[in-house]
Amino acid sequence: MDLKLIIFWVFSLVLIGAAIGVITTRNPVQAALFLVLAFVNSSIIWMLMEAEFLAITLVLVYVGAVMVLFLFVVMMLDVNLVPLREGFTRYLPVGGLVAAAIVLQMILLIRVKWVDASQYAQPLPKPADYSNTEALGMAMYTDYLFQFEVAAVILLVAIIAAIALTMRRRPLTKYQRPAEQVLVQKADRLRVVQVNSEDNQNPAVMSNYAAAVPAVAPGDTSVDDAIDDATEQGAKP
Amino acid sequence: MDNLGLAAPEMFLLCAICLILVGDLFVTEARKPLAYGLSQIALLVTLILTWWISPETGAVTAFGGSFIMDQMAAVCKSWILVVSMGVFLYSRDFVNSHKITNGEYYTLALSGVLGMMIMVSSSTMLTLYLGLELLSLSLYAMVALKRTDERSAEAAMKYFVLGALASGALLYGISMIYGATGSLHFDEIAIALSASGEGSTAAMFGLAFLVVGIAFKFGAAPFHMWVPDVYEGAPTSVALYISAAPKIAAFALAIRFLVDGLETAHNSWQGMLIVLSVLSIVIGNVVALAQVSIKRMLAYSTISHVGFILLGLLSGSEQGYSAAMFYAITYSFTSLGAFGVILAMDRMGVSVNLLTDLRGLFRRSPTYACVMGILLVSMTGVPPTVGFYAKLAVLSAAVKADLTWLALIAVIFSVVGAFYYLRVIKYMFFDEPVEPQPVLAAMDVHVGLAINGAAILFFGLFPGLIMAACAAAFGL
Repeated sequence: MDLKLIIFWVFSLVLIGAAIGVITTRNPVQAALFLVLAFVNSSIIWMLMEAEFLAITLVLVYVGAVMVLFLFVVMMLDVNLVPLREGFTRYLPVGGLVAAAIVLQMILLIRVKWVDASQYAQPLPKPADYSNTEALGMAMYTDYLFQFEVAAVILLVAIIAAIALTMRRRPLTKYQRPAEQVLVQKADRLRVVQVNSEDNQNPAVMSNYAAAVPAVAPGDTSVDDAIDDATEQGAKP
Repeated sequence: MDNLGLAAPEMFLLCAICLILVGDLFVTEARKPLAYGLSQIALLVTLILTWWISPETGAVTAFGGSFIMDQMAAVCKSWILVVSMGVFLYSRDFVNSHKITNGEYYTLALSGVLGMMIMVSSSTMLTLYLGLELLSLSLYAMVALKRTDERSAEAAMKYFVLGALASGALLYGISMIYGATGSLHFDEIAIALSASGEGSTAAMFGLAFLVVGIAFKFGAAPFHMWVPDVYEGAPTSVALYISAAPKIAAFALAIRFLVDGLETAHNSWQGMLIVLSVLSIVIGNVVALAQVSIKRMLAYSTISHVGFILLGLLSGSEQGYSAAMFYAITYSFTSLGAFGVILAMDRMGVSVNLLTDLRGLFRRSPTYACVMGILLVSMTGVPPTVGFYAKLAVLSAAVKADLTWLALIAVIFSVVGAFYYLRVIKYMFFDEPVEPQPVLAAMDVHVGLAINGAAILFFGLFPGLIMAACAAAFGL
């Protein structure tokens, strides 16, 4: 048994274990971490198949970006996944039966004949200076240029669809207008009033200060509204 | 890199989509119809470009053999574009009165058209799959575009989940066939399969999944469950869109996979298509009888018509393929008109949904009633409408392929189906209207529908005009 085979067995067994862990653990954070483990192991197996670029991309994109984002969502939203799994044991016998039937049918149909590895020639290992990334780039931008472009259009449509389905103008939302905010004058925001000290209950503190209050119309008490009004009036003299 | 100009229509359409998408942001609320006008112009220019670059005879490929332009592609693309122009015309007022965001609606609809054109012109499995995904993704979003409506959200969810499942099946089939033949190109797949004689088990295994994917995209029974729900739940203009041009694209999908790629395996897929065809014709016609919603009725009617298209395909002869192509084109044209009338009857955001809403349409607006009458007669398959000739061509191809029993079943269930079409005609012409006011639609919609109805009669009398192009596409 050579080293490659040992590596393959070790990592595939861990991969299968991690994959089972993803669907059996009750804690969503643990499930996500198991998925990370599964991704890392499958990337090692890709590495064994000389698909270096894909292996690195899998770790970078899925582990580095997608799963981290997913963990954020799981931790922040505190999703309770327990109700989603309630039917698992109840449906297990039926589901298992169906799965067994499908596997049996497949075995009968295929008869393991053409999955037998001996009828396929073993691919020769590439020389050491062969660059997977370069070959992939060449193929992608020459032979598969059209497909690459169409895939880009699909992503564009996905963005349009996502925005069209989620973005809406809420009439109550308050927007900032920076252009008007910087043009605002001191007089628009601030009104200097002289407070007569004799009328005050606590003359020691409030003796003869000029109080700065927002320039609001009399009767308007909400400070938020006042600031909004001031912003809206902004540049208009 | 050769013949890049061959994809000029697609490139132009993509640029136009981007332009409309960005341009729509800068126009004021009052000028929103601009997106509609620009979309129509984009479709028209694309149509002219398609005619201009399509070769007289034979097939030309580009992009390293992944893009093909042959007679079938030229005819299918032209009809997809013409039908889409009709779709846009009929849905314009609906989109405006239902407060569906204009820019996104037309952008998504145009990208769906782009996806269909890519599907029709693809000569590798990868291109075909990507074109299909582009179309499907646009459709999922369009079904859900009326966000406040719970029904359309539900329909979009069903469509998305089932559609993703079907795409998965298709992709699995593609990977199996790629594994068995070592190529993504249809011509190389055909060579590899004919060299291996009977065809390897892996390829047949993949074929089964391919047929599942194709049947789903067609909406053929037993993969039809999404069709009625989507037709009913989606905004009517989107139901119109789904029912019209994508049928031509689905036909091209089937031809590219089953004929261009796997024709040597004809014996294997013929049986599968027979099952799909019989089930579609039976379920479509029988279940349509029980419908009270006109959109659901048209959905089941679509399923039965898909059965007829499959009937032409499964006969396995050039005559059958061209008959199926004729059927797909004329059906999409007929369905366009039928939904067009329903959309024209929609007023101030109150959609027509029940069959009984059509009551007394003749008293209200004789033109619309006559157009709808012609379309329903054509769907039934009565001469002199085009539907009769389409059914005749498909059935004669099936009979020539020694499948007389199948043709008999198809005829018997068409007669069953005639009932629900005639029932609508009875409602329109012989019942008293519930509300007396006439149908008010824009002048161009009026003219468009009149032309649509007249074309059904005209092509019924002179089917050779379309049939010649369909026959030429398959070298007849």
